[in-house]
Amino acid sequence: MQYEAIVIGVSSGGMMALKFIFSALPSDFHIPIIVVQHVSTHSDNEWIKLLNDKSNLIIKEADEKEKIETGKVYIAPSNYHLMIEKDKTFSLTIDERVNFARPAIDVLFESAAEVYKNKLIGIVLTGSNNDGTKGIKRIKELGGLAIIQDPETAESRNMPASAIAAILPDYILSLEKIVQLLIKITQPNFEFQLKN
Amino acid sequence: MKSEDTSELEISLLLEAVYQKYGYDFRQYSKAHINRRIRNRMRLSGLEDISQIQSKVLKDETFAYELLQDLSITVTEMFRDKDFYRSLRENVIPILRTYPFVKIWHAGCATGEEAYSMAIIMQEEGLYDRTTIYATDFNQYALNRAKEGIFSNAMIKDYNINYQLSGGKEFFSSYYTSNYDNIIMNQSLKKNIVWANHNLVTDSVFAEVHLVLCRNVLIYFDNSLQNKVQKLFYDSLINGGILCLGSKEGLRFTDFYEKYIELDKKQRIFKKKY
Repeated sequence: MQYEAIVIGVSSGGMMALKFIFSALPSDFHIPIIVVQHVSTHSDNEWIKLLNDKSNLIIKEADEKEKIETGKVYIAPSNYHLMIEKDKTFSLTIDERVNFARPAIDVLFESAAEVYKNKLIGIVLTGSNNDGTKGIKRIKELGGLAIIQDPETAESRNMPASAIAAILPDYILSLEKIVQLLIKITQPNFEFQLKN
Repeated sequence: MKSEDTSELEISLLLEAVYQKYGYDFRQYSKAHINRRIRNRMRLSGLEDISQIQSKVLKDETFAYELLQDLSITVTEMFRDKDFYRSLRENVIPILRTYPFVKIWHAGCATGEEAYSMAIIMQEEGLYDRTTIYATDFNQYALNRAKEGIFSNAMIKDYNINYQLSGGKEFFSSYYTSNYDNIIMNQSLKKNIVWANHNLVTDSVFAEVHLVLCRNVLIYFDNSLQNKVQKLFYDSLINGGILCLGSKEGLRFTDFYEKYIELDKKQRIFKKKY
């Protein structure tokens, strides 16, 4: 299976988790990664720059109508929902909050699932709410792969636990294991075996 | 794969039907946005597929009206983006001050929160008496609410913070009176706002203005529609006029990139070249 995109949803405790993942992924990691991290509406994007400095990958805020490219990590801007169009470009909206959040993980995941179907990997990490649950469910319905951070290893367990309660995840792993799995999955000769 | 293609076709037929029957044109809106809103409506009304929505839209005006509310963008807030309003005060007000009268077009004003924000700034800068704000939207329901100037007080704490951070000079509470769960904007803010129904997609230039403010509307449009609307703005602005877009919107993919200078690159404030 050749995966074309990875979406990550993360909330409280997310800065540490993202820093861990993005400093561990190698510079030749070639699948684009799209992230929703819940941040305050007044947050600027300085933290994205800091994350970028710590990573081998190019990490940037997703721009309106920007074409999604391999080897890049895109972060949803604060106070906008981030969606993906059929032609693999980004759309931003200011629609009402979903799960009290804008950007909402569900909004990104659902639109990504429609576009990438079984070529999508969805990852739910630490967080104290249940955003991402509907979205990861949609990803599974359309044939994508679901990886959930092991709630016991998450700074806030609610969000991964909520996702696990709603679907049969393909993997429940610590951050270290998630990174190892992502690197393995993207090897050209990777033989994919479903655990469930 | 095939069923997905069918639903794409159904959506494009639905948008065509809405356009032909009611004159509202969503055909060049972001597909991901339209798809999400239509599926929402489908769930809420217990319909099974998009073709059923189409059939209902054509026969049931109340339902069509609901769908119209779904598809149009009515989410807004006062002083959304503190840094933008701060820049407006610092970089744009001095230019507006040089004119004997000031005409502002607030395009896509929805329920009017940002038009009131603008009125507050003009008042604090001593310019409001010679200012006219044309605040337009195609959504009549939203316009009626804007005209009333009554908002839920649920957001007031956020608005107060936005206002203070954006360089507000007074107490925000001096601009409204509270009434149970609502706030009512002061009459003095309304006096120079002209609320009018105008559709950016299908209507044309209606006035020559010094400032066009259209924030977070164009993100919903595809490139060719964005370009069309930018022509409308360009034709409406006087030479040296100011264009304010949303903080994620730009001119890069339009024919007008070269026709403005950037007054504040980060806050997306542009000045039309002479």
